[in-house]
Amino acid sequence: MISNLFQKPLQVINVGLSSFANSIQAAGGTALHLDWTPPAEGDRAAGMALAWLVNHPAVERANQTALERFFASSPVVTGVKPAREVIPGMKENLILHAGPPIPWERMCGPMQGAIIGAALLEGWASDPDSARRLAENGSLRFAPCHHYDAVGPMAGIISPSMPVWVVKNTAGGNTAYSNLNEGLGKVLRFGAYDRDVLRRLRWMADVLAPAIDRALQELGGLELKPFIAQALHMGDECHNRNAAASSLLFKRLAAPLVRSGLAPADISRVLEFMAANDHFFLNLSMAACKAMLDAAHGVVGSSLVTAMARNGVEFGIRVSGTGDAWFTAPAPVVNGLFFTGYTKEDAAPDLGDSAIAETAGIGGFAMAAAPAIVQFVGGTPQDALAYTREMFHITLGSHRSFTLPQLNFSGSPAGIDARRVVDTGIAPVINTGIAHRNAGVGQVGAGITRAPLTCFTGAILALSEQINVNQEKV
Amino acid sequence: MTIVKKTIPNLYRDSVSLMQFTEKVKNLPGVLQASAVMATENNLNLLLEAGLLDESLPANPNHLLLVVESTDETAALSALSQAEKLLQQRPETKAVSEHDEMTPRSVWMALEVLPGANLALISTPGEYAAAEALKALRLGLNVMLFSDNVSMEDELTLKQYARDHDLLVMGPDCGTAVIRGIPLGFANVLRPGNIGVVAAAGTGLQQVTSLIDRRGMGISQGIGTGSHDLNRHIGGITMLQGIAALAADPETRVIVLVSKPPEPEVAQKVLKLAVASGKEVVVDFIGADPATIQRPGLYAARTLEEAAFVACQLAEGQPPAPPQDMLPPGLEEQALRTASQLAPRQRYIRGLFSGGTLCAESLLLLQDLIGPVYSNIPLQPQYRLPDVWWSREHTAIDMGDDLFTRGRPHPMIDFRLRNERILQEAADPETAVILLDIVLGYGSHPDPAGELLPAIHQAGQTARQAGREIIFVSSVCGTRGDPQNLERQETLLRESGVLLAESNAQATRLAAMIVKHAGGKL
Repeated sequence: MISNLFQKPLQVINVGLSSFANSIQAAGGTALHLDWTPPAEGDRAAGMALAWLVNHPAVERANQTALERFFASSPVVTGVKPAREVIPGMKENLILHAGPPIPWERMCGPMQGAIIGAALLEGWASDPDSARRLAENGSLRFAPCHHYDAVGPMAGIISPSMPVWVVKNTAGGNTAYSNLNEGLGKVLRFGAYDRDVLRRLRWMADVLAPAIDRALQELGGLELKPFIAQALHMGDECHNRNAAASSLLFKRLAAPLVRSGLAPADISRVLEFMAANDHFFLNLSMAACKAMLDAAHGVVGSSLVTAMARNGVEFGIRVSGTGDAWFTAPAPVVNGLFFTGYTKEDAAPDLGDSAIAETAGIGGFAMAAAPAIVQFVGGTPQDALAYTREMFHITLGSHRSFTLPQLNFSGSPAGIDARRVVDTGIAPVINTGIAHRNAGVGQVGAGITRAPLTCFTGAILALSEQINVNQEKV
Repeated sequence: MTIVKKTIPNLYRDSVSLMQFTEKVKNLPGVLQASAVMATENNLNLLLEAGLLDESLPANPNHLLLVVESTDETAALSALSQAEKLLQQRPETKAVSEHDEMTPRSVWMALEVLPGANLALISTPGEYAAAEALKALRLGLNVMLFSDNVSMEDELTLKQYARDHDLLVMGPDCGTAVIRGIPLGFANVLRPGNIGVVAAAGTGLQQVTSLIDRRGMGISQGIGTGSHDLNRHIGGITMLQGIAALAADPETRVIVLVSKPPEPEVAQKVLKLAVASGKEVVVDFIGADPATIQRPGLYAARTLEEAAFVACQLAEGQPPAPPQDMLPPGLEEQALRTASQLAPRQRYIRGLFSGGTLCAESLLLLQDLIGPVYSNIPLQPQYRLPDVWWSREHTAIDMGDDLFTRGRPHPMIDFRLRNERILQEAADPETAVILLDIVLGYGSHPDPAGELLPAIHQAGQTARQAGREIIFVSSVCGTRGDPQNLERQETLLRESGVLLAESNAQATRLAAMIVKHAGGKL
């Protein structure tokens, strides 16, 4: 209101020349000088599109709806079943992978390796070369996990016989899936496919999965939000650190497993396998996040980010209001700490669906809860707090269920608003493992990275087109 | 190459801190490769594979193993001992600060910190300015857009949006505004009062308001519209909103409107609303025929000074009766005396302006008093300077023009270019008077007189060496409240022989009088 200008004390937001703010302050006025850089990385058209979307009633309403669905969601793990039995549309020659869509020839080393492994595991090929030929000649079909309500860490490979966690959102009716975590070292998700890897995968399908499934049936499913909430109070951020959550899961499954009637040797191996893997909960955390975010997906006009995922070549995001579209940019190489004998030169660009954790407001967004993680980039506990605080500036709200003791039990920042990312230039922070660029070597480090801003700029342009098509500029 | 190792028993560090620590050790002098791990079987095997262990060691997960590979043994051992020391160091503990909030990056983000904000002052490069302004408007803020180079289309969009949402967009290309006494951009410190100003011209607003202040009266609001507001395309949206706002403002008794002559249909709309405002309105459409403005309740002023004078009279409830064609009191005699000392060839005025509106006003006055004047902003196209870097006959140039400010700060901030031009004019045997404007207030240079005096002195010397006197005439646009100290600025200029008038109009008339009487024709 103009009258507002004359009748209320002048409070100025100063954009540009700092001397103007100094003058206002020297003359006794209030001025706040911005640390401004051109939004949308200087893309003028995107900057203008963003301006029209700021405080747009249709977007605000849509975001409220999407955020409400996201918060209201209640992910419950109900079983572990072969992918072909539970994932809708899972075809017999279909292999799901991490990140946005990508053809075989452009896939990174670990992803190609993992696909070869899956083809061997399924018995489609008898040796790596013939597996490779099947991939090349189009006999195998590839699709992002995200297109099938699923998520997978690193290469994220899910083939029809692989067991998957089944996570139902009892509040929204949607279901999400994720594969089971194999542990560290030579594993399929880093592109390894030797005999040990395949043998382990078979054991997981034949023994581990049915055992856990039986335990879950006895328990009548497990609500996952309480696990994550409790783990956040125990030093996990449930992406790169799952030590607490994995222990909590172990505690809940142990007795039912013992009662399951399986052979004692099998029970013992199942328990040992879970106990040895501090990341066992990761895939479940991811499926929970996917279930929560899918509930918020598909609200026309909403700028809420519902997926961030990488295929080792491209980083892609999906936004609630723009449906199935992916907005991509080259995947960054993660800056982090490397295991003995490895350097940044060995690293594959950012890989895996696990950034679904940050999309859902945990992982890097809940860094304050897991100060140990910040050491990966030589940071301090204060830095961990700062990362979380920073993320509040690009999110629509804060979690009701996931609180952070280090921030006085405030909710973790949740619901990334693509508009705010483009407006502030603050890119979502992601905690992640680093894969070796060659298939089968495994994890070579871990670190902290940022989502590329270009993805969000693309989303804003698409959203702005949609809004302008649907109604007058308001 | 040498590899040395050391096992430190019962020292546990988690793997992440060990990875960090390893990085530190790698950076020690002479170190080629290093590793610090808990001596688990797995880790020992990794080291063997990496060639960092030459023998298998007994595994013990509670022991920490340090391995350093170096160019020679001395370096390796020294690195190992340094590494051990580093390992034993306690981590630094920094106090946790509650106030490590980041500086806002955007207007939207700033509203989290300053929820009561009611104005965004935008001075970004022009190509981003419209988007910033639109965002601010959408968030309910009024906008002052200092930035220029915003397209006419964008300006219209912003102003229509603002009008529809009862918000104000001052600008683009708005250099000056004063809201509730707070100077925005280039503006003077003004006492509060009952005169409201809406101006499409930055230095016009500064001149009128500072003259009002000098007469002991005060300003309610000083609204800038930006330089394009009154063209046909924009239609005076901001000026119309400004008039309406001042009309509704109980503090405002008199309204002053300042602009270059608007397009006729825009002028009609503006004047119609001015009449309807129910307040006394003084209009200076610089250079417009007063007859086209005169209406009941409106007073047409011919100069900024006259506008200020009449506004003060009206604000005090007196009938408008401005003195006509004022000259600076007490200076006439001195001016005529100096004029008589000019050499016969010294016939011309050279006006060097930092304020565009002041330059335009001088061009108008001089045209009436001494005939046509060359300029980069001429009144008639045939008097456009073919080369703005060289004056001819009577010349007055606006040095705030883009031609002069490319890659340089504005001449109100940076005096180098104007000082060079002063010396150039002084060296010209045809120059009689150098006419200057000096603008004080926030935004301007902290000591304009200090910047100008060396050039003025040197110019005088150059002229005297050639057997001439050069006459400086100027006025200071400023108030007692300005940070530069008006009194000191004026004293310094007077002491250097500058003939100092109170207003730009008076200075211009004085300059004209001098050249009219040049060459001892008195």
